[in-house]
Amino acid sequence: MLTTTAAVLAIVALILILGYIAVTGVQQLTFSFLINDPKPVGEADSGIANAIVGTLILIGIASVIGLPIGILAGLYLAEFSTNRFGMVLRFLIDTLTGVPSIVVGVFAWTVLVKPMGHFSALAGGASLAILMMPIVARTTEEMIRLVPHSMREAALALGAPVWRMSLGVVLRAAMGGVATGAMLAIARIAGETAPLLFTALSYNYMSTDVMSPVASLTYQIYYYAGSPYEQWHSMAWAATLVLVGMILSINIAVKVLARNRYQ
Amino acid sequence: MSTATTERGPSPQKALAHQPTKSALGSSRWADSLFKLTTLAFALIVAGLVVIIIIEMAMNSTLSFSKFGFGFITRSIWDPVHEEFGALPFIYGTAVSSLIALFISVPVSIGIAIYLSEHAPRGLATPIAFLVQLLAAIPSVVYGLWGIFVLAPLLRNQIYPALQKSLGFLPIFKGNINGLGLLTAGIILSIMVVPIVTAVTTDVMRAVPASQREAALALGATKWEATLIILQNARSGITGAIILGLGRAVGETMAVTMVIGNRPEISASLFDPSFTIASAIANEFTEATTEIYRHALVELGLILFVITFIINASARLLVYAVTRGQGKVAHA
Repeated sequence: MLTTTAAVLAIVALILILGYIAVTGVQQLTFSFLINDPKPVGEADSGIANAIVGTLILIGIASVIGLPIGILAGLYLAEFSTNRFGMVLRFLIDTLTGVPSIVVGVFAWTVLVKPMGHFSALAGGASLAILMMPIVARTTEEMIRLVPHSMREAALALGAPVWRMSLGVVLRAAMGGVATGAMLAIARIAGETAPLLFTALSYNYMSTDVMSPVASLTYQIYYYAGSPYEQWHSMAWAATLVLVGMILSINIAVKVLARNRYQ
Repeated sequence: MSTATTERGPSPQKALAHQPTKSALGSSRWADSLFKLTTLAFALIVAGLVVIIIIEMAMNSTLSFSKFGFGFITRSIWDPVHEEFGALPFIYGTAVSSLIALFISVPVSIGIAIYLSEHAPRGLATPIAFLVQLLAAIPSVVYGLWGIFVLAPLLRNQIYPALQKSLGFLPIFKGNINGLGLLTAGIILSIMVVPIVTAVTTDVMRAVPASQREAALALGATKWEATLIILQNARSGITGAIILGLGRAVGETMAVTMVIGNRPEISASLFDPSFTIASAIANEFTEATTEIYRHALVELGLILFVITFIINASARLLVYAVTRGQGKVAHA
């Protein structure tokens, strides 16, 4: 009875939050909101197009850096690291998962922004990539471990070298699961703000230059929420609806796909 | 694990077509070790980042460390204008807001975990677990936005006045109520911590052998008593789950920054504005004009990193011991 109440409580909190976002956000969400750049307070047709594009650029940079490194690291953990050394690696990677994202932001500032002398989309994407790598590595490892041993033996028995067995047979068989993990990692970093505060910063206009600051949905929400203007508050809610809609659809799609696969 | 199986001796079928010749075998062995080394290099990149982050941040906080030494941790002055820095108000804010979060979320999380692993009908457990995990998918900045415009007004107008009326004699519930402060941050954090504590607790409870429950029931225990036996068995893993939740709360930045009020002072009342380590960095880093100011902020980041490292390391060791590394901790 008491335990049921606890479960109900958590779901009610979820519904309250999502419901409020949906109801408040939808009032401001128009087509022109999605295709226009931000305008000064009071002007009509203000939008978040630059922030949507910026978020996609940041996710793109993070994926290009983070996915290959994470997947190959996961491959090593699953295929070669059975000893104590592997345990240490796994432990360090798990610890990296728990590093606060703001700390990663400070780190990216010291190694990228400070030497370069200016904020950039590249620095923002790199800090998101750091957050992505341990998640991708560990899910890749788990998915590869699920591949039946007989498939490995079959590949080796056919004369394939280990690298072909790993890449062509094992990783390919696990590809669906690895892609799922990658999608979840993308959903996770899409909502990050803290590492962007002093790496990608923000920019008021459309920009696709990776060496200059770029806007993002999360930074924009943070900025609007802290402003004194009613109009910007409602823009924050609409931007939130776009962001949360994006992230939740990835999560739900992954869930549905995963269920279909294991049925 | 499979390198040994590639070492094949000469076989009778060697003359057959499509069999690797000796030289091909040699080159594939060479390619195999190259492949292994490449993947190892990438694994080392990811694992080594932890070490690199520590070194890099230590190098960027030398100015404040040489000026204040370890006293930085116990000083309670934060005065950028006179270049006097101390971390105590931030450590206090971080500790108190995280403890409030655990105080609220741990009973709820363990309740959900018991429901999911013991009571829930088969068809209901998976969707409910998924919905609870969706709470973790909502971005921190969105919790902050919701906290400012929905939760804080509700607390300021309804709940805090009632709390002050009934428990106002306690120093923690005295003072002005403005909605943004330590307690509000703790409440927002408690919602954000529930998914991770629930997920790990459910995992460790399911890892307890079924024979334990069956034995308890066979000895005449009620269903609730059997559940207590399971909890007893899983207690080190549950401790790990709680510590993991603490790690999450300690490092949380955006939501806290938006509702804690941002004032670097220690005060007894939970209604008063405060500051956490993470929110101080988020708020002041781009405004840091002097070199030592920035070094002091990086040193705060280093302290936060060390705290979360210790928390996460101990939590994972506890959870590994129960689930033998099979749990879903990596996703949490």
